Amino acid sequence: MAEMDVPDKGDGGKKRSKKMSTRVDFTPMVDLGFLLITFFMLATTLSKPQSMELNVPAKTDDDDDKPEIKESKALTLILGENDTLHYYIGVTEPEVGFIDFSVPKNAEALLYERQQAVARDWGDKDELVVLIKAMAASRYKNLVNILDEMSIVNQRRYAIVEFTEIDSFIIYDIKPE
Amino acid sequence: MPKIKMKRKASFIDMTAMTDVAFLLLTFFMLTAKFRTAEPVAVDLPSSRSELKLPESNVMIISVDREGRTFFNVDNQKVRLLTLERMSGLYDVSFTDKQKMEFATLESFGVPIKSLPQLLDMENDARNNIKQPGIPVDTVGGKSNELSDWIQQARLVDRELAQTGEIESKGIRVAVRGDGLANYPAIDKVINTLQDRKINRFNLITTLKGAAGQGGAGSPDDDVDGED
Repeated sequence: MAEMDVPDKGDGGKKRSKKMSTRVDFTPMVDLGFLLITFFMLATTLSKPQSMELNVPAKTDDDDDKPEIKESKALTLILGENDTLHYYIGVTEPEVGFIDFSVPKNAEALLYERQQAVARDWGDKDELVVLIKAMAASRYKNLVNILDEMSIVNQRRYAIVEFTEIDSFIIYDIKPE
Repeated sequence: MPKIKMKRKASFIDMTAMTDVAFLLLTFFMLTAKFRTAEPVAVDLPSSRSELKLPESNVMIISVDREGRTFFNVDNQKVRLLTLERMSGLYDVSFTDKQKMEFATLESFGVPIKSLPQLLDMENDARNNIKQPGIPVDTVGGKSNELSDWIQQARLVDRELAQTGEIESKGIRVAVRGDGLANYPAIDKVINTLQDRKINRFNLITTLKGAAGQGGAGSPDDDVDGED
């Protein structure tokens, strides 16, 4: 591409060694160089893993240390098997419900609605406390999804709490099917 | 009138400078690139919309695969070697120098420390082919929580080496690299272990959820649960 080699004319009889061009065509080399650059650039920048930060409370044996929450400020989300999500609001007279969590976005409406309700009653949406409980049959990705939803709806206060028998009693009545 | 002849210029472009630049960049990227070596476990990461990047150095990664087996990895080789020596003292398992060298270059591993020498003696191919049972995480049946000790020793070693100036570290970061399909109790055990060691802040490694697949059809984690 870069150069045409024009043969020498004339000088009929005299025999001369042909003068070779000393130019080397670098084009393929440059091509290869840039190909490799592209590869290494993509390989370095794309391999850095994404992550989300999770803060958990320090473990205490003392039950008194655990913060108490007003019932009306609490929303309990329970991750079940097959991407299901049960929730209840309050404890003594819980308002229970069920969401298909195979589409994580489905939980957003509930969270926004609760944030607004709490903001109305208590003056600040950050008063809402979301308790996340995962059943043994739930998958890790459900947990990641719900934590992700927390950051999407700007939910400040949430905690991962152990699933107990009381929870299973509360949601038992509304088990799907 | 004689025709004005345009002088034919050679269409030659000097590529030398461009080549120089290209190879300079190439060298730079090659030297800075860190290659991902083959992991002994396939972990299908869950997706999230978090764009927080994991720190590049001084991380310990706890992987949990689909079956709930636990694997451990520390990225800094000095920390890794010293941690092995501490663990070897703690559990009374001795390692030869060759095994230690092998351990320094090993990626994450998932065997109880008693079988670690055996794993290190293997050839690379054989090691990739065997099924590692995972590091013991709970104390069921009188076993000890080895993961807990690995984490603790790695942290201590990291802090000591940072104090003596041998490595640059502002405290080692803990990252959990769990498979999206792992059952929650497996992850819970790891989180509990971390809490027991007073590590209350850690990272969960995820992949970025594409704007197109916001959890809806086509999102990579949708091909699941068919077996349930």
